[in-house]
Amino acid sequence: MAHTQNANDRQAAIKSIWKTFWILLIVTMVEVGLAFLHLYTGFPGKLLLNSIFIGLTIVKAFFIVAEFMHLGHEVRNLIMTILFPLLLFVWFIIAFLADGDSWKNMRKDLAPGTPVKKEAPAHAPAHH
Amino acid sequence: MDNAVTAKKKWWNGGHSPFSVSYGKLMMWYFLISDAFTFGALLIAYGTQRFMAEAWPDPNVVFHAFPFMGHMDLPLVFVSLMTFILIMSSVTMVLAVNAGHYMDRKAVIKWLSLTIVGGIMFLGCQAWEWTHLHEVGAWWGSNPFVNHDGSAALSTNFTDFFFTITGFHGLHVTSGVVLNIIVLINVLKGTYEHRGHYEMVEKVGLYWHFVDLVWVFVFTCFYLL
Repeated sequence: MAHTQNANDRQAAIKSIWKTFWILLIVTMVEVGLAFLHLYTGFPGKLLLNSIFIGLTIVKAFFIVAEFMHLGHEVRNLIMTILFPLLLFVWFIIAFLADGDSWKNMRKDLAPGTPVKKEAPAHAPAHH
Repeated sequence: MDNAVTAKKKWWNGGHSPFSVSYGKLMMWYFLISDAFTFGALLIAYGTQRFMAEAWPDPNVVFHAFPFMGHMDLPLVFVSLMTFILIMSSVTMVLAVNAGHYMDRKAVIKWLSLTIVGGIMFLGCQAWEWTHLHEVGAWWGSNPFVNHDGSAALSTNFTDFFFTITGFHGLHVTSGVVLNIIVLINVLKGTYEHRGHYEMVEKVGLYWHFVDLVWVFVFTCFYLL
């Protein structure tokens, strides 16, 4: 009796592993499909496409961590201990990408040969 | 009686396992967090440089070759195959871990061996890709690719980051394969059968899935975006 229960549990676990595999495979195929669609038709636009790619990447990361690494089935304390430090990435990504963008703009303005921007003349000379 | 005691249990005062995982697994998780920050730092540095650049090569043009297909234009196909191999080896790994729970030595040997084969196949693919890129003149300090707007490369940032990050990931795959082989030898010797549990398979399994996880991000950052 206990043995059949054990075997049933095992079958259920194996079934859920293959389910996760199909999800990961289909999401990856959708990503590649969208990349080809963009390559041949220009649709969806680059910004929308990249947002979809990042969203789907996070979906895949969720399934790998929650199912394959079993974190979704661990104690809540452990899940929080592992996920909270990763919130630093939110600041990390925003700060550094914004910094890169700002550097690009500064370089554009200061590159050799770039005409110096004249200060806008004051509309009315100040009275003294 | 038992219930009354449980209600007053102080989980963080010692004598219990508040995370209810073994020491080894917890430490593997802590190591993986630190490794996630290492990879994160590399990928964000790459992103910063890319945001800083006026123009950048188009991945669909750079990564378009497939073994034995000559000059056929096949963007993304080869790297999709590599991704499939790595996902597949993650599945065989989790099946090995599952078999370990039930002390099924034969199944552990089968799935762990397939995981090692998958890892070696992935490394083979990466070796081919690196060789191909090297042949067209790409390497650290050498960027032969024109940008997506047709302008010539201004810096070697693209190839520098590509080889550093995929190389660092490949190094992780290599050490994962070595760890898997060591664990497989122990399984064959009956070490874990004797010990009474296959937890070591779970620990290297965590590492292996992490390597797959990193590849998911590398795939997006270098080949899709």
